[in-house]
Amino acid sequence: MTDLWSGLSQAFWLVVTADAELAEIALRSLHVTLTALVLGCAIAMPLAALLAVRRFRWRRTVIAVLNALMGLPPVVVGLVVYILLSRSGPFGVFGLLFTPTAMIIAQMVIIIPLIASIAHQSLRDLWQDYHDLLISMNVTQWQKIRTLLWDARRALLTAALAGFGRGIGEVGAIMIVGGNIDNATRVLTTAIALETGKGDFALALALGIVLIGLTIAVNLCIHWLGQTEREGRW
Amino acid sequence: MSSLFPLTVEGAETRRRGKTLVGPVSMTLTGAGATVVVGPNGAGKTTLLRLLHGAARLNAGSIRWAVPTEQAQEAQAFVFQRPVMLRRSVVENLIYPLRLRGTPRKAAAAEAEAWAARVGLSDMLHRPATVLSGGEQQKLAIARALIIKPQVVFLDEPCASLDGRATAEIESILQDTKAAGTHLILSTHDMGQARRLADEVVFMLHGRVHETSAAAAFFDAPETAPARAFLNGDIVT
Ligand SMILES: Nc1ncnc2c1ncn2[C@@H]1O[C@H](COP(=O)(O)OP(=O)(O)O)[C@@H](O)[C@H]1O
Ligand SMILES: [Mg+2]
Repeated sequence: MTDLWSGLSQAFWLVVTADAELAEIALRSLHVTLTALVLGCAIAMPLAALLAVRRFRWRRTVIAVLNALMGLPPVVVGLVVYILLSRSGPFGVFGLLFTPTAMIIAQMVIIIPLIASIAHQSLRDLWQDYHDLLISMNVTQWQKIRTLLWDARRALLTAALAGFGRGIGEVGAIMIVGGNIDNATRVLTTAIALETGKGDFALALALGIVLIGLTIAVNLCIHWLGQTEREGRW
Repeated sequence: MSSLFPLTVEGAETRRRGKTLVGPVSMTLTGAGATVVVGPNGAGKTTLLRLLHGAARLNAGSIRWAVPTEQAQEAQAFVFQRPVMLRRSVVENLIYPLRLRGTPRKAAAAEAEAWAARVGLSDMLHRPATVLSGGEQQKLAIARALIIKPQVVFLDEPCASLDGRATAEIESILQDTKAAGTHLILSTHDMGQARRLADEVVFMLHGRVHETSAAAAFFDAPETAPARAFLNGDIVT
């Protein structure tokens, strides 16, 4: 109980005094996950749309693989990305290991299947609705994809939120590829793991509260973005 | 633009899982006024329209317009029995086909508003299309088909689930369209509507075209026994 209480008050003071270290860690968390989210969406959503509109031989297999990859254990993703980026690995020359870039790559691998899977489900339903009309209008593949992505944007926002939630709270992969280096790759989740390990529960709790606050804030922001859209609900 | 007609259909057939849905169909449409496809439920009216439009697979035979197929498809539009609404506002639905063809946004919006006025949807330009009533949705679908100034419009039972007033409004739009020189190929099971709109009648039964006649001749004295029975209101099997 005392831990919880002192954690809360410490978190309060860290936030109101705009603690420099806390701000840096929180901003790094946001930077890593939002970058992974934007890049991940740019890949996952067109992929989902393509899977919805295009019949090709391996379509079902690709969808099944995507669904399976949704449950990929982050630690394993971290391990694989680590091996690929390590000095002796195929991408070792870029020297990305233990940098935020490595963390972004690992998070992208984790959230792309999740976003693509959720997005694909709603795009597929919309495509069933639109199929006859768009075929009759002779639209090109590219126009189909653009139309679906635009008209399903609310559902896609939900998919993006799920991706953000998975990324911001993820610790296994970024711990491995980032290394939790102070001032370089330490983010909220890895800092929590570290402080908990050191027995500093109050600070760990404070960081946890900031993490939750951040998550809620971003969710509200995105939700509000969706609400203020002029064209009503679908 | 050169005319799409005559349309020559020779032995056209479409199959699904080995079963012939429609065909073989042979006929020539000259493109004067409106061609109305009649026949009982399941006769293959929808499938024939889709086949002519190029939306159903042609498994045998040929369908030839007077211009190359691609050019012919550019000049066609299709209105479905159950209107497909894009999840956008009314005006965005109307703009959509124009934007596909590269019309600048401003010009497309002006055109869209003019068409909305023509079909009586001016008051609901910015309402989501999906919340319109059945009749309003069908009028929007028709306006969205006509906005590209097609030479041929296919309409699959456009008034099947509408009340009298909506049907009258749509028929009046269709009469205007006809008067403007657009050819209609329309299916219906409403004989009153067929009489009001048709210049030419195609009678279908069991996936075959049994008769293609001028409307007056067809309603006066149909050539085939099933068509006579159908016109009498008998149940045709
Ligand atoms: N996609 C399809 N798959 C299998 N059978 C179909 C399909 N579409 C239509 N049919 C069959 O083809 C026949 C003609 O259908 P349709 O063209 O819809 O008739 P109509 O429009 O005159 O009522 C029907 O027996 C129907 O069951
Ligand atoms: Mg039908």
